Amino acid sequence: MVRCNGLAKLKVKDVEFSYASDPVLKDVCLHVSASEVLSIVGPNGAGKSTLLRCIDKILFPQKGTILLGETDLKMMKRMEIAKKMGYIPQRVSQIFPATVFDVVLMGRRPHLSWKSSKQDIEKVLEVLEILNIEDLALRDINELSGGQQQNVFFARALAQEPEVLLLDEPTSNLDIKHQLEVMDTIKNVVKEKGISAIISIHDLNLAARYSDKVIMMKNGRIFAAGAPLSVLTRENIKSVYGVEVIVMNESDIPCIIPVAPIGNGKEASRIKQLAKASI
Amino acid sequence: MSSSNETLGAIRTKRQEIKKEYKEFTGRKVFFILCTLFALLLISGISATLGSYSITVREVYSIIWRGLFQIPQDTAEFIIWNLRVPRIFMGIIAGAGLATAGAAMQGILRNPLASPLTIGISGGAAFGAALAIILGAGFATGKYLIIGNAFIFSLIPTFVIIALTRYRRATPETMLLTGIAMQYIFSALTTLLMYFSDSDAVKEAYFWTVGSLARASWDFILPSFIIITACLIPLLWKSWDMNVMSAGDESAKSLGVNVERTRIFILVLSSLITAGVISFTGTIGFVGLVAPHICRMAIGGDNKFLIPASGLFGGVLLLTADTLARTIMAPVVLPVGIVTASMGGPLFLYLIMRRRREYW
Repeated sequence: MVRCNGLAKLKVKDVEFSYASDPVLKDVCLHVSASEVLSIVGPNGAGKSTLLRCIDKILFPQKGTILLGETDLKMMKRMEIAKKMGYIPQRVSQIFPATVFDVVLMGRRPHLSWKSSKQDIEKVLEVLEILNIEDLALRDINELSGGQQQNVFFARALAQEPEVLLLDEPTSNLDIKHQLEVMDTIKNVVKEKGISAIISIHDLNLAARYSDKVIMMKNGRIFAAGAPLSVLTRENIKSVYGVEVIVMNESDIPCIIPVAPIGNGKEASRIKQLAKASI
Repeated sequence: MSSSNETLGAIRTKRQEIKKEYKEFTGRKVFFILCTLFALLLISGISATLGSYSITVREVYSIIWRGLFQIPQDTAEFIIWNLRVPRIFMGIIAGAGLATAGAAMQGILRNPLASPLTIGISGGAAFGAALAIILGAGFATGKYLIIGNAFIFSLIPTFVIIALTRYRRATPETMLLTGIAMQYIFSALTTLLMYFSDSDAVKEAYFWTVGSLARASWDFILPSFIIITACLIPLLWKSWDMNVMSAGDESAKSLGVNVERTRIFILVLSSLITAGVISFTGTIGFVGLVAPHICRMAIGGDNKFLIPASGLFGGVLLLTADTLARTIMAPVVLPVGIVTASMGGPLFLYLIMRRRREYW
């Protein structure tokens, strides 16, 4: 289990959350330090997104504490949290037209009251440059591809200048090149600015390659936590996902090749046997 | 060294370029607003010269000039100062109010179909007015009986929506659907009331629902103007929060906006604005729906610009419609509600046909 230490940017302790009476999170404990990328993996419905929402106080956990720096999240106002934590939801739908520049400028909202200043404009320009999307600055966000939109919302979170970045499946709509680019950017930003990132992610290989720590969740509980190599093992994946995999270690980074789902595998071999018998 | 200086220089010029483009983009929005303001002044000027009582253009303006310093003396002065000018003012105020309320409601409810008339306000107002006209019962007396009643009843749907959000989360869907339900309830109550009354009262109550600027007078302009200005200031102040909310509740929350509270606050403001208009004019449709859409097509969705632009454009639309209503079948003066609906319907169809994307 992960031990909590004093240097952590964010600590989650014994968090429990349930929708109505349906428990979604139970006894969740984690911490993330400066310059660290933490990935949360687990099957659909394991509670990854819910956990991220609890951390950003979009949902209110029934039990447990979440500390941002030294402060309990319960004591913080939404605007104070927004100054320190950026969150990129899985799906963002901008219904009315807005330029990329204006969308990124919204990231400055927590830092000022109602009018944007010169520094805010400079900040937006800087962020657009980091993500290499300056050419999109005056395009309507609704005209962009899924990958480009993802980048824009990432830019907005960076303009927020957070200490902790929460990303809910940032790679889910992207092709492999864009997946690697997005993950590279996240990693670089985290290291350069000394911030922390918590990423919920389905792709185990990306998680293995880019994270300092991995948390594997099952049915709302943390099943395993630690370095990618120790978490993303054949046994863990088998019992959490119900999938048979081959894990190869390529220069200390586990490389996972899915082979067969366990339940269906039996079914398949049974069908084969039946087929043989009928001949 | 020189190469790194060059790249630094390249970055700087790139930034300058984007900054310049963004400034131009903002400039275009300001230009649109100024053009609309000019159009509004122009149409007001033309509208003052048109009407069934024939006065020459020159005379009209000299009367307006003289009237600034003295009270109206003869018939011509009376017609200009007590009929045409207040009607123009009322048209501008009503158009601006309905359009800004529409823009704000579409923004916070994240729904292009939201308008002052889709969330029950007009239904409540119509019932309040019918109650005053048919039963003579109401919250105020004298010439303010119908207006006061319409105003108070028009705010009931908003209160119901707020009450409901104590039990259910204040999502746009809940709020819109509650508003539509209130519209039906009040429309049924109004019909019931009309069913049991004599035909003259029914006719009057019905005519009230077809919005018109015929009742415009200086006594009505001031309260309406005060309500609308008082609500517009906080609305503009919240424009950035509205922008943030257009990207969805979760994003807005993570950017520090108290989504539920802001949504209710803006709903109350836009309801008050709508009530401040339609309790004086009756139900005027389409301005609140169409004006924000046209402005959004022209200058985009940034509420800081969209709300003022919609207000001015709404004024232009309503004033044009009323000028047509007064002149098209002269000496018969049509209620402006008929003109806005018959003009707005086809216009809206055209906009839907030519839209480029899922939205526009």
